[in-house]
Amino acid sequence: MTRKPFILQNPSVLIVLAVLAVFTAAVTAGSAAYGSGVIPTSMVKVLGKTLCLALAAVAMDLVWGYLGILSLGQMAFFALGGYMIGQWLMYARTETIVAASLAQNPIPATPQELQDAVTNQIFGVVGSADLPLVWSFAHSLTLQMILILLVPGLLALVFGWLAFRSRVNGVYLSILTQAMTLALALWLFQNDSGFRGNNGLSGLQNIPGLDHVSQATLSVWFLWASAAALALFYVLAAWLVSGKFGSVVRAIRDDETRVRFLGYPVEGFKLVVFTLAAMITAIAGALYYPQAGIINPAELMPIASIYLAVWVAIGGRGRLYGAAIGAVVVSLLSSWFTGGRAPSINLPGYVVNWVDWWQVALGLTFVLVTLFAPKGIAGIFDWLGGVLPPRRQGRDLGPNDGAFQEAEAKA
Amino acid sequence: MTKLTKLLMMTSALTLAGMAHAQEGEPIKIGVLHSLSGTMAISETTLKDTVLMLVEQQNAKGGVLGRPLEAVVVDPASDWPLFAEKARELLTVSEVDAIFGCWTSVSRKSVLPVIEELNGLLFYPVQYEGEESSKNVIYTGAAPNQQAIPAVDYMMEELGVESWALLGTDYVYPRTTNNILDAYLKSKGVAEEDIFVNYTPFGHSDWSRIVSDVVALGAGGKKVGVVSTINGDANVGFYKELAAAGVSADDIPVMAFSVGEEELSGLDTTNLVGHLAAWNYFQTAESPENEEFITAWHEFTGDTNRVTNDPMEATMIGFNAWVAAVEAAGTTEVDAVLDAIVGVEVPNLTGSMATVLPNHHITKPVLIGEIREDGQFDIVSQTDPVPGDAWTDHLPESAVLEADWPGQSCGMFNTETNTCVQVQSNY
Amino acid sequence: MIRLLAPLFALFLPLAALANPALEAVIAENIDQIEQPSRRTVEPLVAQIAATGPEGIALLQAWADRRLGLVDGRAVILNADSMTDAVTGAPVTGEARSLRPNSGVRGVIEAALAGSALSDPDPRRRAAALDSLSRGADAEGLAALRAALDDPDPVLAARKARLERLLTIQFDTDSAARVAAIEGLAGDVGLDFRAALNPLLATRRLAATEEPQANIARELSVGSDALPREAAVALLAQQGVLQPPLTRAEQRSRLAANIVDGRVAGIPVTQLDDQAMRDRAYDTLETQGAVPPAATEAEAEATLATYRFFETYAEPDPAVTDAAKAAQIRAQVRLGAMQGIDLGLDALSLASIYFLAAIGLAITFGVMRVINMAHGEFIMMGAYTGYTVQTVIADRTLSLVIALPLAFVVTFLAGVVLYRLVIRHLAHRPLETLLATFGVSIALQQLAKNIFGTQARPLTAPAWLEGSITINDVIGISSIRVAIFVLALLFLALFLFIMKRTRLGLEVRAVTQNPGMAASMGINPDRIAMMTFGLGSGIAGIAGIAIGLFAQVTSELGQNYIVQSFMTVVVGGVGNIWGTLAGATLIGGLSKVIESLNPSNTLAAQTFMILFIITFIQFRPRGIIPQRGRAAEA
Repeated sequence: MTRKPFILQNPSVLIVLAVLAVFTAAVTAGSAAYGSGVIPTSMVKVLGKTLCLALAAVAMDLVWGYLGILSLGQMAFFALGGYMIGQWLMYARTETIVAASLAQNPIPATPQELQDAVTNQIFGVVGSADLPLVWSFAHSLTLQMILILLVPGLLALVFGWLAFRSRVNGVYLSILTQAMTLALALWLFQNDSGFRGNNGLSGLQNIPGLDHVSQATLSVWFLWASAAALALFYVLAAWLVSGKFGSVVRAIRDDETRVRFLGYPVEGFKLVVFTLAAMITAIAGALYYPQAGIINPAELMPIASIYLAVWVAIGGRGRLYGAAIGAVVVSLLSSWFTGGRAPSINLPGYVVNWVDWWQVALGLTFVLVTLFAPKGIAGIFDWLGGVLPPRRQGRDLGPNDGAFQEAEAKA
Repeated sequence: MTKLTKLLMMTSALTLAGMAHAQEGEPIKIGVLHSLSGTMAISETTLKDTVLMLVEQQNAKGGVLGRPLEAVVVDPASDWPLFAEKARELLTVSEVDAIFGCWTSVSRKSVLPVIEELNGLLFYPVQYEGEESSKNVIYTGAAPNQQAIPAVDYMMEELGVESWALLGTDYVYPRTTNNILDAYLKSKGVAEEDIFVNYTPFGHSDWSRIVSDVVALGAGGKKVGVVSTINGDANVGFYKELAAAGVSADDIPVMAFSVGEEELSGLDTTNLVGHLAAWNYFQTAESPENEEFITAWHEFTGDTNRVTNDPMEATMIGFNAWVAAVEAAGTTEVDAVLDAIVGVEVPNLTGSMATVLPNHHITKPVLIGEIREDGQFDIVSQTDPVPGDAWTDHLPESAVLEADWPGQSCGMFNTETNTCVQVQSNY
Repeated sequence: MIRLLAPLFALFLPLAALANPALEAVIAENIDQIEQPSRRTVEPLVAQIAATGPEGIALLQAWADRRLGLVDGRAVILNADSMTDAVTGAPVTGEARSLRPNSGVRGVIEAALAGSALSDPDPRRRAAALDSLSRGADAEGLAALRAALDDPDPVLAARKARLERLLTIQFDTDSAARVAAIEGLAGDVGLDFRAALNPLLATRRLAATEEPQANIARELSVGSDALPREAAVALLAQQGVLQPPLTRAEQRSRLAANIVDGRVAGIPVTQLDDQAMRDRAYDTLETQGAVPPAATEAEAEATLATYRFFETYAEPDPAVTDAAKAAQIRAQVRLGAMQGIDLGLDALSLASIYFLAAIGLAITFGVMRVINMAHGEFIMMGAYTGYTVQTVIADRTLSLVIALPLAFVVTFLAGVVLYRLVIRHLAHRPLETLLATFGVSIALQQLAKNIFGTQARPLTAPAWLEGSITINDVIGISSIRVAIFVLALLFLALFLFIMKRTRLGLEVRAVTQNPGMAASMGINPDRIAMMTFGLGSGIAGIAGIAIGLFAQVTSELGQNYIVQSFMTVVVGGVGNIWGTLAGATLIGGLSKVIESLNPSNTLAAQTFMILFIITFIQFRPRGIIPQRGRAAEA
């Protein structure tokens, strides 16, 4: 077998990595901590967060663009990742503060007293006295890091197993994933669930043990971490979808029944991709929220996941770089337009204020993209590269028809 | 190390540049951090307009320190992480000297670390749950002892309420307020079974069950009263159901902490006459300052139907206190202003004075209003100004805490052990 | 009373200046209290004023109605366009400051006036006096009521009789009369009767060495469910019999007070970060007498053994409490049943709302396999249509009559436009349709915000739909919810009629089952799809008005219902109206049951509801009533 090396097979991966490297270097050079300071720290944080969103979009593309499951609950995993790292950040920071305060007492504190004081600091605000069970591992960074992968992974595994086993698919599955994230959000909104309800976890940008490092420096470190994570998982995702595994996954997207009859364990493939994507999304979330500073249940309301789908769709699903581009472009544009910075348009008799009209424009753009440019922004690259959608039977139907199954198309 | 020195040098260079500007009569920048889109837009846009009006008035008077004021408005879009991002932008990019902003507790908690890290100055104009005092925040809204406790006292004394229903939206303000009220009521001899607590989600609309639960409390043979910390739109459905169930204010009075003139405009109030609200300001307050304020507001917005409300008054007090402190300090530099602002006295709109206290809260009179048919309030009770208490006396863990910025340089000082629990706030 | 007094005023008018010096004196003396009255202290003043004669009564009446003002320190009664001096009755001019007594004070005044108002010729005044008495009365009120039991109005007479019974239970001095009153009403589930009974049965816990001289409800044994050991110890501590246990914080501060050279009782301070070490240190200090001894287990045990625990009634008369207990037990079963019925009504109401919201979705999903994410926004459009009509037409009944069909038309057209422009081009691509309609949804939502603002808008029901239908004090439902229920039934009937009895229905069913075959029979599937889509959207508009009538009209109104609507369709099963009905009933009923199990947390109820649905789908992936046959395979 003389197969070309994976990288040579996928030149787009090299291009993406190069662009990412140049971008990171440029931002570092412009940052206040390591360079000229042209890019203010708040902008560095925005860019770092955008990279995390791009990573989440890549994972979403795995599930949707390649596996054909329109998951409308993807941000649940993102936020869960954030909650898991947030628990440690909050607990550890509070512990240092409380320990310093208790050390001023004439009699040293017992471990129980220390924990009670930490609990009181974290939960006193929301009126609770005991450390909830879900915080049992919050004192250890290692354990919480494992949980970042474990909790969303397990949730995806259990949910996926239940759903795929009973052959729930198509629109039903989308609605079900939406219900999942809504249920989780409502649960987190409750104070009794132990995640501080609507207040969520805050002050996450202060990393315990790194008090001497300024936010300007920290923001650049997080940018590097986010870029590295994006690079790593992009390569992983590209490798996954390029081989035989990828072919089976795409085949499932195009005709699940046929693949099952060919003897492939369809449910197993679906579960692997769904769970893996959930874990990647969780890692993106764990990197995102320390940069955002606060996480609360509003982050996983269904609307957030739908926006993720919108980004991927506009960027171009079924193309990993398309998903990443979509997330970067649309989220940055959104924050620019809603930030009150975009100049208003003066029409005769009416002033179009972008703060008010951006959502309308976004919604309509999205409809137009779905109708007329189903390949999204990535379609431009295809067009530039002269790539034509393969039309032969048994092969990839292409992003144009990719998200639905042949059976549906024939009905 | 070298990086740190570089950074220090850069900051000092920036400060120098700032000083150079000051001499030339450059405008003083203040930031406005209120949501102009999203769910909180309706409440917060009003406050943005209030600040703009105050800036305009101040500039007409010749500005501050002989320099004009310039408002930098940003839109955090009701998105909590975005509040932190925009606050950082205001402080580092726009380099504002003070920020007026935030409404919800979670947005304040989001901004706090940024403000404390960059040593900014935030004026927070909304009634809140207390249990906080930051060096960099001046709380011009009511703490629980300036709204909740007096309101409950009023219900107990004047209405003879003995059985309590504490209804709230499920978030930190109602939770903490109800915890405090629960402890307070029990200390007043109210039995556990006479307190009914319920939490509903934001925007809740199906109130039939809850209203009938409240009505059923009447079976205890005690006068029932409702303390409502229900937030925003959900009030509409709640009051509609209440009116449909024929619950009159004489039978079961409802005391609301989050229902003001703005919220009532979404309702037909004929069936709600007599229900109550507790604030530190009502538009119907009788004072020359209030008349002047309302006129100016109508002029500024060009709409004589626009109502004024409590957070607007709090914004005005905060603005005037800041101006007074800057004039006293002779500079807009945050630490100097913070030193000068404690003890500053400015008139409020209800005929008394608001004093900024060492715990960064202010003194406020407590007003109880009964809803009228026209959607305004009849003021039926008004106290002398009450000093705001950052840490409530009614919960055992906070009773021992106090905040004293000029005295102890600490916002969370344990008076029992005489130690500062923490200088930065718990977010 | 006013009418009675009018001739009196006429008599006094010529002598105005002389009228009622006693009242004048009372006013002058208590002017501060009249300005700032308090419920706690106003009672004697009210009695004093009432005692001064008819002018006093008139003044009180005006005070309670908020028609009393002050002009230069004199009390004046404010009429529609004139003022008269409260003492002399002479007309007054000048700037009056009107007084605003709070509702507690007004209650006191009304209670004082109630006695005499019970036989007032005006039935409304008599009813108001009864209201006032039922809110709070005393033995005097009972006497006044007994004196005025006869009433020409049979309804009022019945109310008076019932109130007399209730007040007898509470205030009569004769034990036999009270027992008779209780037994007469036994089994009644009225809120007022229960409110009269429950205070009689209120108990208090008490620890004593021997049986106390009181009306004892029961004796409690320590360690039982009713009285765990800790509760008994706490009760003893509260009564001062037992020393309260030493708290950790106290122990720490006492240890800290005894630090000598970095050691406490010989133990180095650094080792005191352990509870066992602290206890040892404290024990040593105790033996040295440096700290007061802490309560020990043995002491607590010994004291517990010598004490007995009782629950005593506040009501001293055992005959009354026995009768009350019996009456309460008799009412219990009926009460439970009625609460169940009330819960059922609530559930039915919620189910009908979900049904209305979901029916349109079910139609479009059933026929075209298309999920319309903008369905919620159509609901919102309907509600805003209702609001707009109401701003134009003031008469609420008329505006509702116009708004209902108009909302249908508006959303029908919106649905048709959406179908023509978007959905038709995405035929057979359900996931893409889902996303595209979501784009429409966010655009429409923001558009509504731009047009109507983010604030909730009023959509008020006409007067005849206000209020509620009450069977008794337990079972009751607001009229508007009944109307919505009727509306839901109406649409169910309409839908069935269209589907089973009309040409359109036949064609719709044909297209649903096999579009290809239907097309070859001359049916235009495209037109049918458009019509069903419009129909579904139109019903959403009607649902919007229904929801707006009992809840808030905001741009997020649709969003609050959309997920529940999806659930209803998915749980019920696609393409079958009965399925949707079953889904709505299941979801509505279950939410209410979960809510009533945990009344303090509505959010938890919603969470459990969704979890239940997710699990349910695992077992019945095609819903309660699954589609059968060829169409199910699509």
